[in-house]
Amino acid sequence: MSLIVKTVTRLTAWLILLYGINIILHGHLTPGGGFAGGVIIALSFIHLTLAYGKDAVLRQLSKEAVHVWESVGALAFLAIALFGGAAGYFFANFLPAGEPFNLFSAGSIPLSNIAIGIKVWAGLFSIFLALVLLRINRGDK
Amino acid sequence: MSGNSLLIPCFVAVPLAGAFLNSLVGRRVRALPEFLGALAAFILVGLSLMALQSVRADSVWVYQVGGWKLPLGISLVLDGLTAFMLVTVNAVAFAIVVYARDYMERYTSKDLFYTLLLLMLAGMNGVLIAGDLFNLFVFLEIAAVASYALVAFGTERHELEAAFKYGVMGSVASLFILLGIALLYGMTSTLNLADMSQSLAGHSEADLLLMVSALFLMGFGLKTALVPFHAWLPDAHPSAPAPISAMLSGVLIKCLGIYALSRIFFNVIGMSPRVLTLLMYWGALSMMAGVILAMGQRDLKRLLAYSTISQVGYVVLGLGLGTPLGFLGVVLHLFNHSIAKALLFLVSGALEYATGTRDLHNMGGLRSRMPVTHTASFVAAMSIAGMPPFGGFWSKLLIIMAAVEAGHLGFAVWAVIVSVLTLALFAGVMKNIFWGEPGLRWQGVREVPGCMQASMLALALFSLLSGTLLVPGIREKFLLQASAALAQGTNYAHMIMSQI
Amino acid sequence: MIYFLCLVLLCVGIYGVLRKRNIIRMILGLIIAEHAINLLFVLIGYRLNGRAPILSPDGPILQMVDPLPQALVLTAIVIGLATTALLVALAMRLHGKYGTYDVARIRELKG
Repeated sequence: MSLIVKTVTRLTAWLILLYGINIILHGHLTPGGGFAGGVIIALSFIHLTLAYGKDAVLRQLSKEAVHVWESVGALAFLAIALFGGAAGYFFANFLPAGEPFNLFSAGSIPLSNIAIGIKVWAGLFSIFLALVLLRINRGDK
Repeated sequence: MSGNSLLIPCFVAVPLAGAFLNSLVGRRVRALPEFLGALAAFILVGLSLMALQSVRADSVWVYQVGGWKLPLGISLVLDGLTAFMLVTVNAVAFAIVVYARDYMERYTSKDLFYTLLLLMLAGMNGVLIAGDLFNLFVFLEIAAVASYALVAFGTERHELEAAFKYGVMGSVASLFILLGIALLYGMTSTLNLADMSQSLAGHSEADLLLMVSALFLMGFGLKTALVPFHAWLPDAHPSAPAPISAMLSGVLIKCLGIYALSRIFFNVIGMSPRVLTLLMYWGALSMMAGVILAMGQRDLKRLLAYSTISQVGYVVLGLGLGTPLGFLGVVLHLFNHSIAKALLFLVSGALEYATGTRDLHNMGGLRSRMPVTHTASFVAAMSIAGMPPFGGFWSKLLIIMAAVEAGHLGFAVWAVIVSVLTLALFAGVMKNIFWGEPGLRWQGVREVPGCMQASMLALALFSLLSGTLLVPGIREKFLLQASAALAQGTNYAHMIMSQI
Repeated sequence: MIYFLCLVLLCVGIYGVLRKRNIIRMILGLIIAEHAINLLFVLIGYRLNGRAPILSPDGPILQMVDPLPQALVLTAIVIGLATTALLVALAMRLHGKYGTYDVARIRELKG
């Protein structure tokens, strides 16, 4: 890619990443949440891949690492559900609910959002990588 | 809801945990994928037996996820039919996981295989316990997407082609189902099955309901591969690795197709005589077309796939009769066919493992070389064909008796004719593969490894003994509860609502 | 009227799946049909002048759109994403094996 694209990417990729994290963390207060934020984070990585080529990105973040994060996200979500199960019902809230409209509120929902965000980011980016590398990874779902 | 409170969500949580643990550490530790897969399947068998113990014919277990009250929150429901299907699915899955330990040695990336298998199992269990259409659809899609990937697992020309065809057909089926759900939601403003059923009872928009019924029939008919929609099945099922073929043909189409169809039509929308008649003719058509198309096949797995279409036709015919005796036959036939067809696919896998071919005309005289496989195959083939001491005979007899009882003599005769044709078909298969003079080519053929033998023999034993499920005392526990769940019709909603 | 347009979109998608010979166009047809249904579902839950169904600090919201179809459609979109990614990957592999995207020439299985 040309110099302009690379420069702009260098400046904006971080912003996109931070915006995605922001969406995930405020998922229980504003529209958005784990899925939307995860997609935005994955987009920032895809952006980097498109501008700098897949080798530059894969040096920093290998395919195996993405897989590990994907499984960790899914297991974390399942663990939150099981903790809820220990508190009475599967998926039940096990943290204090807190005041509405605060960042630290809504019990276990922000944690679930973070887990979903990790899972979606890793899943989407690994789909992208699999298609780019022409080596199909059938574990994506 | 006290002692069993966590039992119901565990049916989904256990296979999911197994699947993701597998994809996390399966590649690093050798032999861990097999172990995790077998462990998860074993736990699930135990849990489903517990579920069968705790369920009663006159009540249902309702689990409210997150503690939200019923019409609002997500609910999971366990009744007789669900418990019965759970036992069948998980028992077959356990046998298949054990079998796959040796069989999958030839493939690479075993961790992915077990991950996908457990995901598919999670999807199927989810379909069975879902108490609302939203979750039913989501779990159905999880199972379906995992199965598309599993069909393509060999990544050779034919596997890819079959998987693409299966994927497109499956997606179109899901589209119809989703459209049906959207219209139903527009009519009733709820997705909970029980709530929806009660809301529909007071409705008079017969035209829209007919449209919804047609959409669901098309969607689930595609997933079940009933005859006009069957084109993908004989490609997809043989292309998968043998354990997956067994899973797809044995239990997947029954969970995604028959179970979902009967749950929605019998317990939610309420059966109308028109739909029942349609189901009867549809089943009869599938029965005959499946067996006739099977006759012309040389490829063993392809033949078995066509035979699946034919046997599912029996089930749909029994459903269409709409009598309690018919439902009993349906339930028993679902069980018999799951076991026997899974076993036959495992046998085909064993033959391929030992001889490297699936062509019927190439084999012959393998009986002395592979005695265990021969025994298993004989039991399964006779059970499917409906010979007296084996399980399949009893279930077919029940369906035929129910047809006579309901006054549909034509359908009864039709079912007998198909049964005779099936017997001829499988006698031919056995003769081609096992009986006769052993060819010189197969002198060096050896019996398959121990795990494969053990799982085949276990399934053969089930298949042999499933007739005893009809003995009074056992019958009430296992079969009557399941058929009662079908026969109760829209009373299902009252039972769930009274649980809150 | 808008419902009708959704139906037209659905028919366009189904036509694409059934009539096109190119695999990629079949997948595109599938995506179009899928989004037609998603659109229909969201529209079913819509109310005129409705607001987003989340709590807000300035008092309770009276005109709220139905959140349940939105949740279901979001899930359906994710499922569609997974299916599409899988089908595209299959199509790429098929092209690698057969050297063509034409379904008429990818039919070795029959009978």
